[in-house]
Amino acid sequence: MQYEAVIGLEIHAQLLTDTKIFCGCSTRFGSDPNTQICPVCTGMPGVLPVMNRKAVEYVVRTGLALHCDISSYSRFARKNYFYPDLPKGYQISQFELPLCEHGFVDITVEGNSKRVALTRIHLEEDAGKNIHEGGGHDSAVDLNRAGVPLMEIVTEPDIRSAAEAAAFMKKLRAIVRYIGVCDGNMEQGSLRCDANVSIRPSGQEAYGVKTEIKNMNSFRYVEKALDYEIKRQIRSLQDGERIIQETRLWNTEKGVTESMRSKEEAHDYRYFPDPDLMPIEFEKSLIDRIQSELVELPDEKHRRFVDEHGISDEDAGLLVAERETAEWFEVAVKAGGDPKNICNWIKGDFAKLLNDNNTQINESLVTPQMLVAMLSLVEKGTISGRIAKTVFEEMYRTGKTADEVVEEKGLVQISDASGIETIIDEILNNSTGEVARFREGETKLMGFFVGQVMKATKGKANPKIVNELLRKKLN
Amino acid sequence: MELYRLSIEEARLALDSGEARPSEIVQSLFERIDSVEEKINSYVTLTKEAAFADALQAEAAIRSGRKNALTGIPLAIKDNICTEGIKTTCSSEMLAHFIAPYESTVTAKLKMQGYTLMGKTNLDEFAMGSSTENSAFGATNNPWDTTRVPGGSSGGAAAAVAADECIAALGSDTGGSIRQPAAFCGVVGLKPTYGRVSRYGLVAFASSFDQIGPITKTVRDSAILLNVIGGHDTADSTSAPVELPDFTSLLEKDIKGMKVGIPKEYFIEGVDKEVEQSVRKGIQTLESLGAIPVEISLPHTEYAVAAYYILATSEASSNLARYDGVRYGLRVQGDDLTDMYMRTREEGFGAEVKRRIILGTYALSSGYYDAYYRKAQQVRTLVKEDFERAFEQVDVIATPTAPTPAFKAGEKTEDPLQMYLTDIFTISVNLAGVPAISVPCGFTSDNLPIGLQIMGKHFDEASILRIAHAYEQATEWHKRKPAL
Ligand SMILES: [Zn+2]
Repeated sequence: MQYEAVIGLEIHAQLLTDTKIFCGCSTRFGSDPNTQICPVCTGMPGVLPVMNRKAVEYVVRTGLALHCDISSYSRFARKNYFYPDLPKGYQISQFELPLCEHGFVDITVEGNSKRVALTRIHLEEDAGKNIHEGGGHDSAVDLNRAGVPLMEIVTEPDIRSAAEAAAFMKKLRAIVRYIGVCDGNMEQGSLRCDANVSIRPSGQEAYGVKTEIKNMNSFRYVEKALDYEIKRQIRSLQDGERIIQETRLWNTEKGVTESMRSKEEAHDYRYFPDPDLMPIEFEKSLIDRIQSELVELPDEKHRRFVDEHGISDEDAGLLVAERETAEWFEVAVKAGGDPKNICNWIKGDFAKLLNDNNTQINESLVTPQMLVAMLSLVEKGTISGRIAKTVFEEMYRTGKTADEVVEEKGLVQISDASGIETIIDEILNNSTGEVARFREGETKLMGFFVGQVMKATKGKANPKIVNELLRKKLN
Repeated sequence: MELYRLSIEEARLALDSGEARPSEIVQSLFERIDSVEEKINSYVTLTKEAAFADALQAEAAIRSGRKNALTGIPLAIKDNICTEGIKTTCSSEMLAHFIAPYESTVTAKLKMQGYTLMGKTNLDEFAMGSSTENSAFGATNNPWDTTRVPGGSSGGAAAAVAADECIAALGSDTGGSIRQPAAFCGVVGLKPTYGRVSRYGLVAFASSFDQIGPITKTVRDSAILLNVIGGHDTADSTSAPVELPDFTSLLEKDIKGMKVGIPKEYFIEGVDKEVEQSVRKGIQTLESLGAIPVEISLPHTEYAVAAYYILATSEASSNLARYDGVRYGLRVQGDDLTDMYMRTREEGFGAEVKRRIILGTYALSSGYYDAYYRKAQQVRTLVKEDFERAFEQVDVIATPTAPTPAFKAGEKTEDPLQMYLTDIFTISVNLAGVPAISVPCGFTSDNLPIGLQIMGKHFDEASILRIAHAYEQATEWHKRKPAL
C-alpha cells in the first residue's frame, strides 16, 4: 500500500524587540543567569504586565508578509500550567481572537511549487530555562528568557513530506529575517519548530493518528526527524501495530524520534481572557502604515532578479535565500557590474571563502563596489580571469581593492604579443619532442604548451594571445 | 482631645497650626495601640521605628514649609498592598516572611505626599473572606463588640480606623471587602470605580474586580485619600486614563434635586429589620436635604453572587498559581517537583483559599468553561446593563451595605455559603465596576453600627462623596466611638 504523510507545523519565533513583552527588561541573549529580570517577569505578587507595542507591531508585520487577515480586535489569554521556568504559573498567550489568521507561504520543492496555508499567528511570552548542573538532585532556573516576546505560527496540515517541511522552514526563516522580526537562529532557539505528523493510505480523506515531534533544532534535523518519523509510522502500520497519539523527541545522536514519557498525559490549560491586559484594538491606519513600511519579500525579489537581471530561476533562489546576500547582489548590480557575472562570483569563489571562514556576506571586507571594480579589470584585460581568483582571495583576506592588490603583486596581464612570442619561442625550442608529437596529431598537448607559458609568466600572459600565437607557431 | 482620635482633616489643621507635632500624633497612636490592640488584633505588622523616623522628617518638612497633603499623617495599609522592604504577608503562611522588592503605586503616591506608615493590617487570607477570620495571624475582632467579626476582608483596616489605631487606612475591595467591614465597624469605606486607582502592587485576588480604596473616619478623608491615590498609572494597563478631579472641592455642592435610586431587590426578605429601618431613615434624611428618591429595579441582582463566585474564583485560581515554592515565599521540600508543589501549597494556603482555588479551577476546566465561566461573564454583562439603565434615571443608588450588622465570630465559618451571602449587596458593584461608598447610618439596639451604601456612575465618585458628605453633615452617627 502507498502511504501519504500529513504534516502541520507549529513554529515559535523570538521577536527582535530590545525589551521583553510585558516589562522593560533586556532581551539580550547569552547574559549571566537572572541578570535580566525584574519583579514583573519573575512573577512577584502584585505586579502587572504592560504590553510592548513593538512586539504587537512585529506580529502584524509578519501577518502582512504572510498574507494573513489582521484582527482589528484581539485578546491575550492565560494558559495555566505549573512548571519551575514559568514564574506566574500561567503563560500569557492568545487563544480565542489571535492577532492574525488565514495566511499562506509558497514553497518550491524539486521544481514543484506549493502553497502551505497558515491557521493563525499569535503573540505570547517565552518561559525561562531550567538548568540542571553538576548532576545533583537540584535544579536551577534562569529567568532571563522569561517574558521574551514569542510569535507562534501554526500551519494547516498541508505539508506532505519532510522535504516540504524543511523548505517551508527555510522560506519562513528567510521572510522573518527579511522583515527584521526574528533572527531565525534555530541552533540558539530563537526559531523553534514542532511538527504534527500522521500518515494515511494515498487517496484516503480521513487523517491518521498523529504524533507531535519536538526538539528539531536545525533545518537538517527537521528533514531528518520527519523522514524518520514518517518511515517509522509506515513501518508500524505495515507490522500491524497502532500509532499512539504522543509527543516524541528527536534524538540527534541516535537519529531517531523517541517517545517522551510524560506523567500528565492530557493537559487542561484552562485558557481564559487575561484580566490584567486590555484587548488589542487596531485602527486600520496603523495596519496600513505597517503594510506600507514592509520591505520587498524574497518571492518578489526572486521574480525581479529573473525578470530584470536575467538570472536563472535556480540562481535567483540562491540569491534571495538570505536578505543580506540579495541586498549585496543588488548593490553590486547598481554599481554597474554584470548581474550574471556577479551572481557567479557570489555563489562560487565568494561563497566558498565565506563558508570556509564562517562569515556572513555583509561582514566581509569585500564590498559590492570592490567586486565590481575587480570585474571591470578583467573586462578591460588588465588581469586575466584566472588571476582574478588570486586577486579576489587577497581582497577578501586584506580588504584591499583590486587595483591595490594588482599593483602590489605585479599581476597586470601581459598582452604585449612580442614579449609573449619571445617566451613561446624559448619554450618551443626546449620542447622539441612535444612539438613533434603535436604535429603528428597529439593536439591535446596544446594544454601543456599553454601551461608552460603561464608558468613562465606566473599566469599573467593574456590567454587569448597565448593561444593565438601558439596555434600560429605550431601549425 | 486625644490626638489618636483625629481625622486626616483635623490632623492636618493641628499640624499646620503647630498645635500638634507629627511625632506627638504617632506617639499618641502607638499608646492607643498598646492599650487596645490586644483586644482587636488589627495589625499584622507594626512599623513603629520607621513611623517615628518618618514623623521626624515630617516635622522638618513642616518647619521648612515643604509640606504636602499627607505630611505627618499616620496611615495603616492593608497587608496585601506591597511596601518595599516591609513584610507583605496577605495574612497567609505562604507569604509569612515575604518582603516585597518594590513599592506599590498607591503607597508610592502616599509617600510622595509625605504619609507615615503605622503598619500593615490584617485581612482574610489573600482577601478571601468576609470576616477577617481566615487569617494565618489570628482573627481581628470588632471594636464595637469584640465577640463579633469586623467584616472582611479589610477587617484589620476597618477595625484599626474604628478603634483609632490609625488616622485612616487603605483597604481593597473585590466583592465588598472595603464597604462591608466599614459598615460593620461604623466607619466610611470607599470602593472607587474599577480603573480609578492603580492595582500595581496590590496582590491579586480577582484582577477584574480588585480595587484599592480608603477606609476613613469621615467622608472628607476618603476624598482626600482618593485625590492622592487615584489617577492613571502606566504600570497598570487596566487603570483608566481619565481626568482626576479634586474630590474635596466638590464635597460641599448642594444635593438638592439629585435623584437617588432605591432598588427593590435590596430591600428583601432576610435583611435585618433594624438595618432596613436605619437605611430607610437614611434615605429620608437625604430626601429632607433635597434629594429625590426614585424606585428602581436592578433585575439581575439575584444572580450576582453566583456569577461573582465563579468569575472571582476562576481568576484567583490562576492568580495564586505563582505561589509554588520556587522563587519566594514558603517552600516545603518534597520527593520531587510535583511533591514540592503539593506540600508547599498544602501547608501554605488556608482552607478558604484552597476552596476557592478548587472552585475556580473547576469552573475553567475544559468541558465546564461554557457552562460556568462564560455563562457568568454573560450574567456580569447583564448586571452591568442593569446599572447602565438605572443610571439613565438616577444620579446615585442607595442600599444597605450589608444585610445584617456584624455577626458573631465563628458563626459562619462552618458554612461558606452563608458567609458568601454577607456580600450580597456589595458584589453587584464589583461586577459592574462602578464606585460605591458605605457611611454609618445608625446602630442596632445592641449598639452595632449599620452602613448605608451609595453607588454611583462610572468615574463619578464625586457624586457619591458629595451625597455621603451631605448625609454625614446632617447626622451624628460618625461621631460615635466604640467603648474600648
Ligand atoms: Zn522584567
